[in-house]
Amino acid sequence: MQFSKINWFKFAAPQRFYRLAGQIIPWCGALALVLTVIGLYVGLFLAPVDAQQGDSYRIIFIHVPSAWMSMVIYLAMAFWAAMGLIFNTRLGAMLATALAPSGALMTFIALWTGALWGKPTWGTWWVWDARLTSELVLLFLYIGFMSLHAAIDDPRRADRAAALLALIGAVNVPIIYFSVTWWNTLHQGASISFSKGATIATPMLLGMLVMALAFWAYAIAIALARLRVVILEREQHAQWARAELGTV
Amino acid sequence: MRGVFVRDLRLALRRRADTAAALFFFVIVASLFPLGVGPEPALLRTMAPGVVWVAALLASMLSLGRLFADDHQDGTLEQLLLSVCPLPLIVLAKMAAHWLCSGLALTLVAPLLALQFGLPSSSIGVLALSLLIGTPVLSLIGGIGAALTVGVRGAGVLLSLLVLPLCVPVLIFGAGAVDALAAGLSVGAHYSLLGAMLVLSLFAAPIAAAAALRIALE
Repeated sequence: MQFSKINWFKFAAPQRFYRLAGQIIPWCGALALVLTVIGLYVGLFLAPVDAQQGDSYRIIFIHVPSAWMSMVIYLAMAFWAAMGLIFNTRLGAMLATALAPSGALMTFIALWTGALWGKPTWGTWWVWDARLTSELVLLFLYIGFMSLHAAIDDPRRADRAAALLALIGAVNVPIIYFSVTWWNTLHQGASISFSKGATIATPMLLGMLVMALAFWAYAIAIALARLRVVILEREQHAQWARAELGTV
Repeated sequence: MRGVFVRDLRLALRRRADTAAALFFFVIVASLFPLGVGPEPALLRTMAPGVVWVAALLASMLSLGRLFADDHQDGTLEQLLLSVCPLPLIVLAKMAAHWLCSGLALTLVAPLLALQFGLPSSSIGVLALSLLIGTPVLSLIGGIGAALTVGVRGAGVLLSLLVLPLCVPVLIFGAGAVDALAAGLSVGAHYSLLGAMLVLSLFAAPIAAAAALRIALE
């Protein structure tokens, strides 16, 4: 298989990717559902009671996966925005705009479940430590991205301006991730690291990882579904899109 | 590049009302806080660095709209895009002129506001120095936002929405420097981080703003 003979941009055509996305979505959605059931079973029934927090720690199975996804989706958004800028494709930018609302939702869920967890354990809904503050800034960055895209009328200019903004804001993601090691924070430090392995009980770790994969599959499914809508909106002048919408 | 810098300064000096308005906004916003939270001296002294910094941030946001808007309206911006001088350098010259008229003015007025809040003189010195290092960063990062929103409907509020999250670290370390002094800790770390942000944005912000201008004007 010769490298140069591969058409790397085959699926950069909105029409082709529309069909491919339509085939991927049911599988990812089903996977998300199955993994959620398994993950919640492991987390709520199999994982042991925590020595210090009792059962209230179990919100971790929503909180940590959504926090991880908020960062992963931002990086994916910035990546696809960069692809759209570099290769001047429409689809890259469309995918970035499709990812943004999911990322914002994940960030909001992480902040909200964190607050719900903090009240019984820390005694407060919110504290202005490094990790919470930088996660809040991430939510503002998502909202800024969506606002900038919505404010500019010309779609291509909106795509490119929002893409540049996403790239500039990407510097926040490492700050969130490393905030618990760089600063003295109330938020607990990393229990899972590449160098030291996991320091939490295996069933808890398993539940968290399964839920993380579930959220990942969900995010892919929902982003691709949103992307299909965006593609139809933007390509509505094209023959294939009008056939798809049933208005030829 | 020097030409653009001198031109922007000259234009700003001819329209002194714009600079003065931003300055008075700074003073008014900072004065609103004691009226809102009450005149208790200990509370005001604790609040002072944060309030002065937030007011400086908001006053900078207000004046940033002017950075490219006037040139965009009369077509000068398109001519600047075509010039031989690299666009990032031209943008840097404009940001520097903007800072001299807004950030520097705020830094010079800030000690008076700090006196209003009852800050001790050592703290006032730290506050002024933190503003001196921090306000250029605000002009630089704000310039990126101004370039992204050139000619956009509702650019004023959108600019603040985009730039304020990016300026959060500057606010944290700028106000934190004065708080550190009050707590008896070393201020050097805060200055170092502010300086690092200044150097990083001096390098990256003009390039990003130039890219944003090209996107905005095709």
